[in-house]
Amino acid sequence: MPDPNMPDSNDFIAGMNSDSRKSPVRVAFVTRRTSAQVKARDDGGTVMVFPEALFRGAVAIELLLLVLVVFSLFWDAPLEELANPLLTPNPAKAPWYFLGLQELLHYFPPVVAGVLIPGLVVTALIAIPYFQINIEGEGLWSRNRTLRLRMVRITLVLFILFLASFHVWVALAPTLLMVGLMLYSATERHDAGRFHRWLASKPLSFWIMSWFLLSSAVLTLIGTFFRGPGWSFVMPWSGQI
Amino acid sequence: MAATLSQQLTALRRTRVWRSVFRGGNGTSNLDRALAVQQNLFLHLSSVKVRKRSLAFRVTWFLGTLCMGALMILVATGIPLMLYYHPSVPQAYADMKDLQSVVSAGVFLRNLHRWSAHAMVLLVFAHMFKVFYRGAYRPPREFNWVVGVILLIVTLLLSYTGYLLPWDQLAFWAITVGSNLLSSVPVIGPKVRFLMLGGNTVNANALLRFYVLHCVILPLTAATFVAVHFWRIRKDGGIYPGKDHKHA
Ligand code: HEM
Repeated sequence: MPDPNMPDSNDFIAGMNSDSRKSPVRVAFVTRRTSAQVKARDDGGTVMVFPEALFRGAVAIELLLLVLVVFSLFWDAPLEELANPLLTPNPAKAPWYFLGLQELLHYFPPVVAGVLIPGLVVTALIAIPYFQINIEGEGLWSRNRTLRLRMVRITLVLFILFLASFHVWVALAPTLLMVGLMLYSATERHDAGRFHRWLASKPLSFWIMSWFLLSSAVLTLIGTFFRGPGWSFVMPWSGQI
Repeated sequence: MAATLSQQLTALRRTRVWRSVFRGGNGTSNLDRALAVQQNLFLHLSSVKVRKRSLAFRVTWFLGTLCMGALMILVATGIPLMLYYHPSVPQAYADMKDLQSVVSAGVFLRNLHRWSAHAMVLLVFAHMFKVFYRGAYRPPREFNWVVGVILLIVTLLLSYTGYLLPWDQLAFWAITVGSNLLSSVPVIGPKVRFLMLGGNTVNANALLRFYVLHCVILPLTAATFVAVHFWRIRKDGGIYPGKDHKHA
């Protein structure tokens, strides 16, 4: 016997001939057995990748090209004398993105600066998304505050002593800045401003990454602009870098 | 009455030749636009639709797109540069001089390639930090983060191998300093260095090896992993739009 609730003939056609320009909307069929609970979920909606996203991407790339073309019209790439293995320039510098490491080479033995530290950095980067603590991302001080504060303090003192014993004064400055911010974020205050609340909500990974970003930027800048003959400290305008 | 540009375009897209090249999607309906992406080998790495929120500038700063843009500029300038370059000593350096004085727009070509290379290294680092700070590395995107780390290393190697090719003092000593670091790796360091340079010092063999790495092996590796990276963005649920405050 045919179902009395169903229409006896199709009053619609489904096919690959859509002329729609709108994103389809989810429709819920509410049968008699389910209670009518429709949750509207407004996640801002979607747009078509072609043309919307692709054109935006193209515009972004065109702007980049424009900047680089203008730059290339006004600044020439360096070309020095023919390579001469017998004539070592002083200082001899690696490409800029390795100058942070070359700066570290000045303080640590080559195994540490050239192998251990870059190896640790790459391992740490790969490991980031596989640690539960980085995934939950809750504020560092949101639980076990006293215990964590004590552990952080001990670690920081040991780390600063370590840097000092190798005379890595240049890395000490960014480290101290981060330590200052970190301890400030741990203070409990009832009149906390937005900046303090923002800092206090940050997880441990935020602190480590920001410290890494700041110190590698400082090390790279010093290696690039402030190192002259024999890796001595010079001013960028001294003409010796 | 003359047809407008868009009418002519539409007419072009209706021709048999056009339709034989692009498999479907030559109208303006959503279905056609979906097919334009999904039926295209390159575009189908991407999804057909994207969340409006994740297109906002503030989410990605378009940094991933710009990494891709820099890579495209580098390929487009790198191929013509290859036409004027011999990876041999001292011809490589003479070729640089020729670019400056003989080849039309040679200086510009070299400038654009070099500055784009620096830009790409910067952009890739910036993209990595941006992804980190917006928490887009979290599951299910954790493996795409790892693919990203591989891309970071490949980018650095591309830049580093390219650095030697002009064969001037800057190139020679930068690579010497860098490759000396390798010697400090216990046990295998000196052997890896020998393999990389084809000798104990930076010499003509090293130039040839760096050339092959720079122009063939590393670009192919980069292209492969970029493809995986883009495809994983779709598979992992699209660009992470950030926390949804309204429905947390
Ligand atoms: C050649 C280098 C690279 C290219 C061309 C590239 C390209 C892109 C593009 C176009 C996106 C889309 C969203 C966005 O723009 O942020 C993206 C997302 C992503 N990238 Fe990269 N990327 C590169 C390197 C990296 C690196 C070095 C990392 C991290 C170590 C990384 C990790 C990610 C992750 C996890 C996503 C997903 C983010 C999300 O879903 O919101 N990528 N990449």
